[in-house]
Amino acid sequence: MAFNTFIGGIHPPENKHLTEDKAFSNLSIPQLCYIPMQQHVGKPANPIVEVGDTVREGQLIGLSDGYISANVHASVPGKVVEIGRYPTLYSKEGVCVVIEAQGAFSTSGKILDEEQWESLTALDLINRVAEAGIVGLGGAAFPTHVKLQPPRKRQIDTLIVNGSECEPYLTVDDMLMQTHPSEIIEGVRVALKILGITQAFIGIEKNKPKAIQALEERLTAISIPEKITVAPLKVKYPQGAEKQLIHSILKRNVPSGGLPMDVHVVVQNVGTIFAIREAVVLRKPLFERFITVTGEIVKKPGNYKARLGTRISDVIEECGGLTEKPGKIIMGGPMCGIAVDTIEIPVVKGTSGLLFLKNEEIQVSQYRPCIRCGRCVAVCPAGLMPFELVNAIEKGRYDLVEPSNPFDCIMCGSCAYCCPSKRPLNHFIRMAQEKLHKKHKQ
Amino acid sequence: MPQKKSLAPELVLSSAPHVKAGQSITSIMWMVVLALMPATLYSVYLYGIHALLVICVAIIAAVASEALYLFLMKKPVTILDGSAVITGLLLAMNVPPDVPLWTVGIGSAFAIIIAKQLFGGLGFNIFNPALAGRAFLMASWPVYMTTKWHTFTPTNVLSQGITNITDMPEQAFDVVTQATPLGALKEVPKLLSDLHVLPDMLHNLLFSKEMLKSLFVGNVGGCIGETSALLLILGGLFLLYKRIITWHVPAMYIGTVVIFMYCYYSLSGFPYPVEATVYHVFSGGLMLGAFFMATDMVTSPVTWKGMLIFGAGCGILTCVIRLWGGYPEGVSYSILLMNTAVPLIDRYTKPRIFGTRA
Repeated sequence: MAFNTFIGGIHPPENKHLTEDKAFSNLSIPQLCYIPMQQHVGKPANPIVEVGDTVREGQLIGLSDGYISANVHASVPGKVVEIGRYPTLYSKEGVCVVIEAQGAFSTSGKILDEEQWESLTALDLINRVAEAGIVGLGGAAFPTHVKLQPPRKRQIDTLIVNGSECEPYLTVDDMLMQTHPSEIIEGVRVALKILGITQAFIGIEKNKPKAIQALEERLTAISIPEKITVAPLKVKYPQGAEKQLIHSILKRNVPSGGLPMDVHVVVQNVGTIFAIREAVVLRKPLFERFITVTGEIVKKPGNYKARLGTRISDVIEECGGLTEKPGKIIMGGPMCGIAVDTIEIPVVKGTSGLLFLKNEEIQVSQYRPCIRCGRCVAVCPAGLMPFELVNAIEKGRYDLVEPSNPFDCIMCGSCAYCCPSKRPLNHFIRMAQEKLHKKHKQ
Repeated sequence: MPQKKSLAPELVLSSAPHVKAGQSITSIMWMVVLALMPATLYSVYLYGIHALLVICVAIIAAVASEALYLFLMKKPVTILDGSAVITGLLLAMNVPPDVPLWTVGIGSAFAIIIAKQLFGGLGFNIFNPALAGRAFLMASWPVYMTTKWHTFTPTNVLSQGITNITDMPEQAFDVVTQATPLGALKEVPKLLSDLHVLPDMLHNLLFSKEMLKSLFVGNVGGCIGETSALLLILGGLFLLYKRIITWHVPAMYIGTVVIFMYCYYSLSGFPYPVEATVYHVFSGGLMLGAFFMATDMVTSPVTWKGMLIFGAGCGILTCVIRLWGGYPEGVSYSILLMNTAVPLIDRYTKPRIFGTRA
C-alpha cells in the first residue's frame, strides 16, 4: 500500500523532536486533584461521593448519566475536600470533585494480575469498558462503549486503530506504540471480540518508523486468529481525522453527514485501545493517561503519565518549570488543541498533550480580506470552498452558507493554517455550525 | 480549603489552529515584486533612464492613489502590503518605454482607484488592476501606447540602423524594422502578398536563429517589461519554487499558445511553423502575462481545475487576437476577458465534497 493518503491536507512543521525520544515517566501525585465530572462528550457524570469521604485510587466517584456519558474515577487515594465549580477544559465552571491525596495506592507501582479475557463474552467485555469510564483518548473524548456498540443494523467489518498522530508536537501515541506493542495488540483483539469481527488495521504515519517496526515485529512473533495489519500512512495533516484515515487505508468514503459505521468501520485511537486492554485485562479504570508536555520553553519536555485531575500548574512544576512566561498554553496539539486561559485547568481524559508557546511563537495579527489565492480550497480534505463559505458567514448571508455544506467541515484547521490573509476560517465555520444548529433546534 | 485562583489574563486565547504557515499577503506581494526585478532592471538597462522614470512614476502614483483613497475613506492605510506597488510596476511593464510620464501616472491612478478600490479594494476587484489601467490608456491615448517604442542603436536586430542584408524591398524592410516583434509578424501576410517579399527573406530576417535568440534574451523592442522572456521565466520559476503561484495557469496558458500557433501555421501552409511558434511564445508579453498577470490570485479561479480552464482560455484568446484581431498583441485583453469568466469558472469547478458522488 504505497499510496495510503487522502485528498488535500497540509505539512505543518512537525516539531516532534523535543519529545520523540523521551520514554514515559510518571508525574508525581499532585497534592490536590481536581477531577471534573465532564471529561467526555455527552452529559456530565453525577458525583456519588460527598465531602469528607475517603476514596480509594480508582474508586468510582462520578456515575455515568444517560446513554452518552461516562464514569469518572478517583485518580488518587485520599479525602474528598470539596465538590465545587472550577474552570475546566470544557466549561468555565465545571463540577469538580477535589481530592486531597493521602493514604495507600492500590495500583501504582504494583504489577496487577492479568485476567484471562478470551473466555468472556462480548457483553462482559463491553461492560468492563463502560465501567472503566473509557472515552476516546485522541482528543474527541467520545464514550468508547457507545462507539463499540453500533446499532444492530450496521454491519461492521473492520476496526481501524488510529496511531497516525498527525498533530505536530505530540508524541504520546508514538511512544506508546514503541513501548507497549504487545498490550496494544491485545487491546485490539479485545476490541475485535467486542465488535464480533476479525479484521483490524493500525494506521501509523511513516514518520514513526520505530512504532511501525515494534508493532510489526510483535505481530510476526505471535500467532493470533485475528487479522491485524499495520498500515503505514503518508505523513500529512489531518491523516488522523476519522474519515481521512478510513479513506487512506480502505479507500472507502464515509458519506457526507454520515459516520464511519456507514462504511462498516469503527475507528479507535491507539491510546484508547491501550486503555480498553487495561480495563479488561487489569480491571483498571481510566484514571491516568499519557500526555506529551512540550514547547521550547519547557525545561523538561517529555512524555509523561499523568493522573487525571492534575492541574497544569502542577504539571509545569513537575516538568522543571518554564524558561520564560508562556504566551499561550494549549491543551492538545497546535492544530486542533484548545487554548486555555488559566493554569488551574486540570488534565482530563481528552488531554493528549500540553503545549507551551512563548510570545514570539504565537501569531496574533489582524486578519485581512480574502485574496482568493485558493489555498484553502486546495488543502481542504472535506472538499469545501472555505473562503467562499466564510465570506458568506462574514456577511451574515446564511442563505448562502447552508447550501455550501458547512457541516462537512471537520475542523482540522488546514484552511486557516495556510491562509495568507490569516483569516480564522474554521473558526467562522464553527460559529456558523453552532448558529445553524440552534436555528434547526427551534 | 482550596482557593479559587484568579484567571491569568496574560495568556492569549484564540481558536485553533495555533500555528500558521509563514506566508502572508505582504510577503507574497513583495516576493512577486522581487521576482519581477530581474526583468525590470534589464529593461532599465536596455531602454535607459526614461524607462526607469516611467516605472518610478507608475509605482509612486499607484501607492499614492491607494493611500489617498484609503485615507479619505477612513480605512486602514495598508500601502505597505505591496499590492499597490505590484499594480504600479506591472502597469509600467505594460507600456512602451518612451511613453509620456503623465500618461502612466494617470493609468496607475485609474488602476488603483477605479479598477481596484471602487470594487471594494484588495481581494474584491474583478479585473487585474494593472491590465485595466493599461486598457484604459490604450483607449484614451492609443498613439502614445502604440508608437512610443524605443529607438535602438544599430547593433540591435530590429532597428532602423540595421542594413538591409536580405535584399528585401526597402518598403517592406522599413515595415518590419520599425515595429515590435509582434508588430512585425502582424505585417507578414501583407509583405508576402503585396510587397512580393520571398519567404526566404522573411526567414532570414524574422525567423533566423539570431532573431529568435534575441527574442528569448530580450534584445528587442516592446513594452518595458515584456522583452526578456528569459528573465521573466526565471522570475516565474522563482514564484513556483516559493509556492506563491502554481503551475496550472502558466503551463496551460503557454502550452495552449504553443499548440494553437503550431496547428495554425502548419495547417495554413506557412513554411516555417516551428519558428513562427517559437517567435510567438517568446515575443510580446506572453511570459509576463502567463507568470505574473494571469496568476493574479484575486482575479483568477480558485481551484486547480478552474485555473487550467482559465489558462487555456487566456491562451486561445491571445492567439485569436494575435492572428485575427486588430492588435498585434493579445495577452492583456485575453486576460481581462478571462477575468470576467472567473465567477462562472468557479461555479462549475467546485471540488467534490468528501463523501458525495459527483
